[in-house]
Amino acid sequence: MASSKSDALANFPESLYEGTLDCVHCGLCLTHCPTYRVTGRESSSPRGRIYMMRGVAEGDLPFDQTIADELHLCLGCRACESACPSGVEYGSLLEAGRAAAAEAGLRPGVRHRLEGLALRHVLPAPRRLRAFTTFLDWAQRLKLDSWLTAVWPRGLRRAWSLLPPVPPRAARRPLPQFTPAEGPRRGCVALHEGCLMPELFGAVNRATVRVLSRNGYDVVVPQGQRCCGALLAHAGDLDSARSLARQNVKAFTSDASFDMVLSNSAGCGAALRETHHWLPEDGAALSSRVRDVCEWLDEVGLRAPLGHLPLRVAYDDPCHLVHAQQVAAAPRRLLEKIPGLELLQHRDAEACCGAAGTYGLLQPEMSAPILEAKIQSLAEVEPEVVATGNPGCLLQIRSGAEERDLPFRVLHPIELIDAAHHAAS
Amino acid sequence: MRSRNRTSSGSTRDGWIDALRKIVGPDACLTSQAELYAYACDGLTLDPHQPEVVVLPQSTEEVAEVVRACRAAGRAFLPRGAGTGLSGGAHPLNDAVVISCARMNQILNLDPRDRLAIVQPGVVNADLSVAARSEGLFYAPDPSSQQACTIGGNVAENSGGPHTLKYGTTTNHILALELVLPDGSVVQLGSATGGATGYDLLGACVGSEGTTGIVTEITVRLEPLPEAVETLLVIFDGVPDACRLVGRIIRGGLVPAALEVVDRRTVEAVEASVYRAGLPQEAGAVLILELDGPACALPAQIEHIRALADEAGAQEIRVAADETERTRFWRARKGAFGAMGRLAPDLYVHDAVVPRGRLPEILEEICAIGDRYRLKLSNVFHAGDGNLHPNISFDRRDPDELERVIAAGREILEVCVAAGGVLTGEHGVGTEKRDYMGMLFGPDDLEAMKKLRATFDPEGVCNPGKIIPSTRACLESNPKARGYDRVPFT
Ligand SMILES: Cc1cc2nc3c(=O)[nH]c(=O)nc-3n(C[C@H](O)[C@H](O)[C@H](O)COP(=O)(O)OP(=O)(O)OC[C@H]3O[C@@H](n4cnc5c(N)ncnc54)[C@H](O)[C@@H]3O)c2cc1C
Ligand code: SF4
Ligand code: SF4
Repeated sequence: MASSKSDALANFPESLYEGTLDCVHCGLCLTHCPTYRVTGRESSSPRGRIYMMRGVAEGDLPFDQTIADELHLCLGCRACESACPSGVEYGSLLEAGRAAAAEAGLRPGVRHRLEGLALRHVLPAPRRLRAFTTFLDWAQRLKLDSWLTAVWPRGLRRAWSLLPPVPPRAARRPLPQFTPAEGPRRGCVALHEGCLMPELFGAVNRATVRVLSRNGYDVVVPQGQRCCGALLAHAGDLDSARSLARQNVKAFTSDASFDMVLSNSAGCGAALRETHHWLPEDGAALSSRVRDVCEWLDEVGLRAPLGHLPLRVAYDDPCHLVHAQQVAAAPRRLLEKIPGLELLQHRDAEACCGAAGTYGLLQPEMSAPILEAKIQSLAEVEPEVVATGNPGCLLQIRSGAEERDLPFRVLHPIELIDAAHHAAS
Repeated sequence: MRSRNRTSSGSTRDGWIDALRKIVGPDACLTSQAELYAYACDGLTLDPHQPEVVVLPQSTEEVAEVVRACRAAGRAFLPRGAGTGLSGGAHPLNDAVVISCARMNQILNLDPRDRLAIVQPGVVNADLSVAARSEGLFYAPDPSSQQACTIGGNVAENSGGPHTLKYGTTTNHILALELVLPDGSVVQLGSATGGATGYDLLGACVGSEGTTGIVTEITVRLEPLPEAVETLLVIFDGVPDACRLVGRIIRGGLVPAALEVVDRRTVEAVEASVYRAGLPQEAGAVLILELDGPACALPAQIEHIRALADEAGAQEIRVAADETERTRFWRARKGAFGAMGRLAPDLYVHDAVVPRGRLPEILEEICAIGDRYRLKLSNVFHAGDGNLHPNISFDRRDPDELERVIAAGREILEVCVAAGGVLTGEHGVGTEKRDYMGMLFGPDDLEAMKKLRATFDPEGVCNPGKIIPSTRACLESNPKARGYDRVPFT
């Protein structure tokens, strides 16, 4: 399946090659990489992956299945970027590398092809996604799942077990297009509601709107906004991602009445913030205005009173918040403000939990030990609540806790703030 | 890059690789071309060599069996840690089999009573200190690469770090080693109780760059965490002023835990990176100075430093406000090499030691060499030890620039040696400086080293091509080489 030297070069966009040159091969990123930690293989490390891509671009190596597999084994967690003194933009390299692999006809396994179908045809289409969640809801209610999955292969069973119970229909109803500020108005923000969030985490979206409104912001949910495209881009389908990004630029930049575009999902926020990577021409108009909701609240300050919440809380960093957006202190500072709340410190809070978008579903063999390490470090501090601001992480940590019968709940930090506001009123 | 033709699956039909696969398991035996490519070099990207096979054993027994299988097949071999070495020590020459210690990463025992730990070679340096912290202990040698490099690699390179000034290099912290000799037998050197009986074979192995065997277990000394630590930034107009302060501090008898100088170009690069710490970018040089010890002693020491700094013409002194800021300063210092990578695709980190008193003039000469060869050269160094690290940012794809980099590197070393310095402070000789050994050592010295190496590895199969120069380079060696001091009997 190896392509010749010139093919390989043709498949590697110049920008990807240039990006690999930022790496000076110092190795500081190695131990931050979950897949290197698990395998000990340098070809499964950031440095190894970058060096292999450079090797292909320079014609030293054929672009073969091994390289494509290593690119797919990568979680895209971008912990390597937080460790890299040389400023390698690994996230972009990975997306371009995967796209090049797809173009070179290096077909990923069956699971990845199923993923591709789901990503291209379900996530970005609200109606189909809704139909799927409705199906899931019925299957779960009728307990279809237990006998259905009994005959499934292990990987698929695990994937199914990750799917959360579908919330009641009321929680899935659309957000109001406009929610006015309570009390004196401080400004207006737009919310990117995400594709999965309204279906599976409607409660989080509602809490987000309540918190923003209580703190003096009008909240608009612009029509015409779409899925952020991150999962598609991670899967190497940059074209579809770009087309979604274009629609988002339109939806969020045609109206100048809001101060900021907020996201409560780390993965979406990271993608929106990097729109200019996909759309160098007009992406910056959107990306420069995006903030994570906790980051924004930390910046402007909470105004509404916070009631007592006597809880032991461990905050776990979503990769796409801490590494891709470099936001780590803000959510912690917010939680620390809640009276009675004890913020615990667990080991490796900034390490990946193995969810990484669809990774938990696609690479269960690698995802499992990574999740295990995460759950272990959380269990050691005996939290009552684990807070983390990304849907994939919420699902993954919940499933890990369930598997080990650990008693903690897993919530979005905004839900705790919302609860504290509620306790005060 | 040398690479041979292989079948498309990357595997060879040779039975000896199957034998290796049987020992370590299929998942721990890498033979596909792309995987091997990732092992062609370490932190030094010049002159990479792709190995034919990489194995990842998990125990001493597996390492010994791999070594015996390599011997039976007539293959050379070499150990590899995290591949952060800067002198090409982990480059597989002579088609050597790479024995990666990455999966031998367990801390086997942490004994607070005797203040020691027994670790496997693949344990990451920083992980050991993190584990020891809960017992109030730490592992003192702290190379700037400590978040990635392994204790096995540290032993092989006798690595130092900013805190070497007070605590010594790796060799001062190794109590015992388990070593798989190049014939596949396993020996224990040294003892957990310290002390030495007879020749110091342990000492001979520390710093031997993987040429005396494969270290499979290490007993290290741990130090108690100091009661108090203060980290200061002393800001200067230029590097010579910073060096002057260093000289005065040392002459005054105070031994700080660390004395590190970072020049302006480096500060700019670090401040543009994820390791930024708010270091002043307008300054000509920043001295990072750390004091540690009993809490009651430090305030007076800080005052003493302040007075000396004023005399030396410091612009400003900042004392880290808290642990967070302290950590930030050190992260910035330790990210400094890599940050220079922002200036060009490749980085050549030099390493030489010079007499401390001559630092300012030698640095001036080094900068002049960089200018003469039109290179981007910056300096960040362990000033307290006189251990220099001129860094050159370059692009190896430009043959002309590459030539200038090599020529400048050689001149820099000549200047350091002429001033009474040595070729390396902590990064080792490897392949990088192998052929410069003649600058410092005469044929007799080199012959003695060869004999020492042959005691462990008579056939030269363990990490071949490192340290000892090729015969040709030996013959060309400098007749005026200073060599070991041979004091004539009078
Ligand atoms: C950014 C950066 C900063 C650095 N800062 C410092 C510093 O401050 N001080 C310093 O001293 N060095 C420094 N280094 C150099 C390097 O990190 C050290 O030499 C380190 O000890 C190498 O460890 P490693 O695990 O990466 O070994 P490798 O690079 O894999 O190997 C180094 C040598 O050790 C041998 N080796 C590895 N494992 C074993 C074993 N089990 N038994 C026997 N031999 C073995 C190899 O054969 C090779 O010769 C730095 C490097 C980088 C990239
Ligand atoms: S993104 Fe995560 S998994 Fe991928 S190379 Fe970087 S650290 Fe490793
Ligand atoms: S830390 Fe950055 S420069 Fe260093 S090896 Fe990793 S990606 Fe390359």
